[in-house]
Amino acid sequence: MTDVLTGLARTVPAGVLVGLPVLLPLLGAALALLLRRAGTQRAIPLLVLPVMALDAAALLLRADADGPLAVQAGNWDAPFGISLVADRLSSLLTLVSVIVLMVVLVYAIGQGVADAADERSDRVRVVFHPAYLVLASGVSFSFLTGDLFNLFVAFEVMLTASYVLITLQAGPSAVRSAMTYIVVSLLASVLFVTVIGLVYAATGTVNMADLRGALAEVPGGVRLSLALLLIVVFGIKAALFPLYFWLPDSYPVAPAPVTAVFAGLLTKVGVYAIIRTQTLIFPDDTAVTGPVLLVLAGATLLVGILGAIAQNEIKRVLSFTIVSHIGFIVMGLAFFTVAGVAGAVLYMVHHIVIQTTLFCVEGLIERRTGTSRLDRISGLTHRSALLGVLFALPALSLAGIPPFSGFLAKLALLQAGSAVGSWVIVGLAVLVSLLTLYSMALIWGSAFWGSPSDVVPDEDPEDAVQVGVRTVPATMTAATAAVVLVGLAIPVLGGPLYALCLRAAADLLAAGPYVEAVLG
Amino acid sequence: MSTPAGPRPGTPSPRRPSVLFEVGTGLVLHAVLVTSLFFLFRGHNAPGGGFIAGLVAGTALVLAYLAGDTSAGRRAAGATPRPGVVLGVGLLLAAGTAVAPWLGGGQVLESGYSHPHVPVLGGVSLASVLIFDIGVYLVVVGLVLAVLSTLGEQAGTSLAPGGEEDR
Amino acid sequence: MSALARAAAEGTVLAPTGSSLVLALVVGVLFATGTYLLLQRPLTRVLIGLALLTHAANLLLLVAGGLSGAAPFIGDDGSVPERMADPLPQAMALTAIVISFAVSALLLAVAYRSYALTRDDVVQDDPEDSRIAHHVEEGPS
Repeated sequence: MTDVLTGLARTVPAGVLVGLPVLLPLLGAALALLLRRAGTQRAIPLLVLPVMALDAAALLLRADADGPLAVQAGNWDAPFGISLVADRLSSLLTLVSVIVLMVVLVYAIGQGVADAADERSDRVRVVFHPAYLVLASGVSFSFLTGDLFNLFVAFEVMLTASYVLITLQAGPSAVRSAMTYIVVSLLASVLFVTVIGLVYAATGTVNMADLRGALAEVPGGVRLSLALLLIVVFGIKAALFPLYFWLPDSYPVAPAPVTAVFAGLLTKVGVYAIIRTQTLIFPDDTAVTGPVLLVLAGATLLVGILGAIAQNEIKRVLSFTIVSHIGFIVMGLAFFTVAGVAGAVLYMVHHIVIQTTLFCVEGLIERRTGTSRLDRISGLTHRSALLGVLFALPALSLAGIPPFSGFLAKLALLQAGSAVGSWVIVGLAVLVSLLTLYSMALIWGSAFWGSPSDVVPDEDPEDAVQVGVRTVPATMTAATAAVVLVGLAIPVLGGPLYALCLRAAADLLAAGPYVEAVLG
Repeated sequence: MSTPAGPRPGTPSPRRPSVLFEVGTGLVLHAVLVTSLFFLFRGHNAPGGGFIAGLVAGTALVLAYLAGDTSAGRRAAGATPRPGVVLGVGLLLAAGTAVAPWLGGGQVLESGYSHPHVPVLGGVSLASVLIFDIGVYLVVVGLVLAVLSTLGEQAGTSLAPGGEEDR
Repeated sequence: MSALARAAAEGTVLAPTGSSLVLALVVGVLFATGTYLLLQRPLTRVLIGLALLTHAANLLLLVAGGLSGAAPFIGDDGSVPERMADPLPQAMALTAIVISFAVSALLLAVAYRSYALTRDDVVQDDPEDSRIAHHVEEGPS
């Protein structure tokens, strides 16, 4: 079966396969800007994203069977031109991201953020679909690019779209938080350009495969400082301690589907960049970067989850759990062993899906009750048992209860940790898992148990997002259920998926095939 | 979206810019636009290109906007389409040129070249990258238009955030 | 093979061969003033600070490309010069400028929106921070 599909994937030229996830959504965005009729605008991403998903699946099959696929844009040879590379890690993450983007798109259309009917939010309708597609393009470009400078470009494409999406509901608090988000992101971008300038000054190249060789000849101190600077840059994007402060402040103000996508994807792109750069271009600095990352991971784990427990608003609790669980992924990387990196990759896949699911459920809760504040919601199980199930499954998975995906991913990480004897971080990870369970239990106990609370009226009844209404569109519930099912599919496919993660991790640490594929 | 009857509180009162500026704008506007086209077309092998040309054209649009009341400014403002459309066409051209080589079995962004002999102009060197550059040009112009409509006095019909002040 | 690759194969010096002290100093001053402005309360200063920081980073890219004045990488007659200017930093700086242009435009739009909503140019207090400060003063409730 797999062989047949791989054979099918081989019939498509590699250039098309690798370039499509980046360029097709851009074309779609252009069309969505031009064709403004609501139905047409909605149809474009609904067509584009499934094609991207098929393409990403084909990429994954090809990369798994034939090794990394490299494409030189415009036939300019690496390291001079722009390289796009799809290895196991990038194609796996692209696939998962596109699946999440698809589901959330349906959710957003159901909620009415995507195409509001009323006159006032005409602007929202025009902007949402193009921005969403540009975001999709930016995310896959980040995963697939083979050089540092285009990673910057990809980040900017993604972030510019995210700036537009986060200010969709432009009330005073949204604008304040959006300013924080934009200024912090922009500052990180400036730092990124600075580091690229320094890397270029030291080596004369920005192609990541080429950098691996070129940086090996650079004096150790210079190389180490470049590695650490890159950790700072991507640490801001990934919301790593102590640079996470912007995230819980800005994510909660966006409409639920937008927050869901941001929560699932944007920070993961930052973590992906850390993994890619630290394994591919700074393999000789792991003696220092490993412990540094480990300490940062531990602090992120602990501070994030303590923040989550202290919050009184579901959105903010969930935002802090994003921060905390970034720590798990970075912890896996920090071991710099195959098992550790494989655990990190598996955790990323799990966390992209689960965190998105939780924010989708949060949107449903808000839709029914009109608020996200825990002290004003109770007794949700009386209103809708289905909602309880939809929340409980991903929440238990996030906390790492067997047999859900979180358990598998955490188990992989804990095994990797005990294999290298880092007992402190292993203990901390277990503690944070328990505290995650506690924070989820707080939400459950407050919002789902008890007698039903009164519905809080919509503060801004005219805007596109209707809250505090009894009816929940079937598309929203169906989309949430779909993403819950994707989350449940992860442990079902656990064996093959973990094997794939192990192969991806081995690729990352060896890097030989990647470099060979790019430089030829 | 209702348009406010008078100037909204807090916006600068519409005052006439100096006569020198109005007349000067009318004189240079077309020259600047032609210069931008010059930059656009020479960009392939000489300094220039879509972005620079777009910025120059954007400057012309800003001038026209600031001059406001002049006939040239009015004509320019009347003739400009919605920013979203300009952005869309530009993005379509740029992304389309990037993927077009796939149809012929080429690589992403690969450029075709031809050196046709045009009767009056003589030998002309054409590259398909030019279409990409035109796309970039339009994207930049569209962005400038979006900025003008968002930050300008007639904010309200905008693409970017900021279209709801008249609530 | 691309012209650039051919040039590299023929042993043309591509690596940066030094940098200008003046430019390096300008980069430093831009970074310093940008950081200072970024830390101010009024939003317009923050924006100008970010703009200066962006300029500093772009200039740094150019400095990374080495001294100016060498021939462009292929001569008009198609010959490969002995020492040539590295075109890549310019290309990267141009791309970075394009991006910062777009982002600054967007940032200005959001800042204007913030001004329209609050009639104030000052960065607002974070409600969460205020709540914590309140807690600290009053003791935990």
